Amino acid sequence: MQTPAKIKDSEPDEPAPKTGSSDPRSRLSIQLRKRFAEFGLQTDFSAPLGITILFGPSGAGKTTLLECIAGLTAPDEGRIAIGQKILFDSSAGINLATQLRRVGYVFQDLALFPHLSAEQNVQYGLASLAADVRRQKCEAILESFRIAHLRARTPREISGGERQRVALARALVTDPCLLLLDEPLSGLDAVTKSKIIDDLREWNGAHGIPVLYVTHSREEVSALGERVVVLEAGHIIAQGTPHEVMTAPRQETVAQLAGFENIFDATVIATHEDRGTMTCRLANSEVEVETPLVRAVPGTQLGVGIRAGDVLLATIEPQGLSARNLIPGRLLSLSQRDVVVVAKVDCGVEVEVHLTLAARDSLALSPGKKIWLVLKTHSCHLMA
Amino acid sequence: MDWQAFALTMELATLVTIVLTVAGLPVAYWITYSRWRWKFLAEAVVALPIVLPPTVLGFYVLLALGPRSPLGRAWQILTGHTLAFTFTALAIGSVLYSLPFAVQPFAASFAAVDARLLAASATLGASRPRTFFRIVMPLSVSGLVTGMALSFAHTLGEFGVVLMVGGNIPGVTRTVSIDIYDKVQALDYAGANATALVLLAICFVVLSLVYATNRKVWTAWPWK
Repeated sequence: MQTPAKIKDSEPDEPAPKTGSSDPRSRLSIQLRKRFAEFGLQTDFSAPLGITILFGPSGAGKTTLLECIAGLTAPDEGRIAIGQKILFDSSAGINLATQLRRVGYVFQDLALFPHLSAEQNVQYGLASLAADVRRQKCEAILESFRIAHLRARTPREISGGERQRVALARALVTDPCLLLLDEPLSGLDAVTKSKIIDDLREWNGAHGIPVLYVTHSREEVSALGERVVVLEAGHIIAQGTPHEVMTAPRQETVAQLAGFENIFDATVIATHEDRGTMTCRLANSEVEVETPLVRAVPGTQLGVGIRAGDVLLATIEPQGLSARNLIPGRLLSLSQRDVVVVAKVDCGVEVEVHLTLAARDSLALSPGKKIWLVLKTHSCHLMA
Repeated sequence: MDWQAFALTMELATLVTIVLTVAGLPVAYWITYSRWRWKFLAEAVVALPIVLPPTVLGFYVLLALGPRSPLGRAWQILTGHTLAFTFTALAIGSVLYSLPFAVQPFAASFAAVDARLLAASATLGASRPRTFFRIVMPLSVSGLVTGMALSFAHTLGEFGVVLMVGGNIPGVTRTVSIDIYDKVQALDYAGANATALVLLAICFVVLSLVYATNRKVWTAWPWK
């Protein structure tokens, strides 16, 4: 578990968003604690301008965190601020009412007002402006989110993707100093999703505010994120660029989220400092694999994550390979998932391997067949 | 037909409906959104008239309005005459008697408004009153109509409270239901029947209008 102090240290290096002003005064900073029946939410991080992905399994406390920031629920203690503007500070007794926070919030179920037209929904947050300014701003955002032709329709009369656009426009037209997006694109097809993501990126480039984007979709993480914060059971377990977090997972949750189908407990047997590798035995088996070297001594317990797509499968014993791990085993089962063939192999531990349809056919694979697994040293990812 | 009794009954029902709408909305709002731990006691008090015999309610209202109660005395000092057995007393008794029939549909429809919409409204900068008038009220129309119509229809038909609090003074407190009772006592069955039929028809029309407004899918005309 990383300490809050460590997390803070890594922030100043954060790159500013490509466009828009990088005013450090509007950075979002959060330190809070909130207890629940099942777990406690305890987070300490800050989000610069641009999109920060909040990533984690359901029930990790992501939505609760957003609700604390928006003022819909109060933390037990802590401090939430956007630049100099304090939204919540338990030690100073400050708890700004939601309607005074100027925090844009797009809910998971969008929460569009069903009795108002798209245009009225978008104008709802502009009540304090003069009528002509209001109309002008509404017009501009309807245009930029390409929903101007839907202005007179109610949410019930438009499609899912259009509803999502209306909800985004409604939150953004108020010029919030922070935007919270709670899985706003879930349930959309890939094409609609990427179009909306493009519009959102463009808008954010022009306005430059911190955006917290909750998702558990890996595609959205790589499409959107300049920065990822991983939350598990109320605690931040990793943060950094999507590439850093996804490719070098040290925690098992991150590993599962990052797509490691195979996760094994392992014990370090020998370290080879000169070669930068070490040998690990997978739990409850005789299988030994060569992995990259980490700071460990023989006997150290750790986890090894292996992507199913990184494992080669051979029907005769291969020779002359650069890959260091050659593990004999027996094919247990084959099943097809979309265009991927999922093979389960017993080699002392059960390993999941992904193949193409063509590979399955040319190898004439069938359950019970003797096979070899080929695994590169650097395909074995170590986790704490 | 005693048209005076009809006019009086309509006047009473209209007044009670207006008072209950104005007073019932804040009560229903409070019942829906308050987090007070003893709120259930207030809810029970509001619901009491549903189960209480009208004579019991009428009896206590009569005591409360009588010349020996502080309220009755204050009224007598201010206006120079007693409160009991007046139209005002009748209206007060009727408001209390029909209170749950207004408050409960109001509160139920407020509670049915998705809390996410209220949260969304707040994040868009709307104050609580604005959220109430722009979001909660429009989405509670069916509950508001139901509460108002039930208050009206329930007041039309009340008997026990009227008799206890108002007595039977023609043009002042004699309502249609008292009139029917009188006619039956006088063995004027034809007269009682005529009056009763008209009351039945009015109540049916009011309730039909309620259910028509509350139809989920509303076409312009029911027979379309």
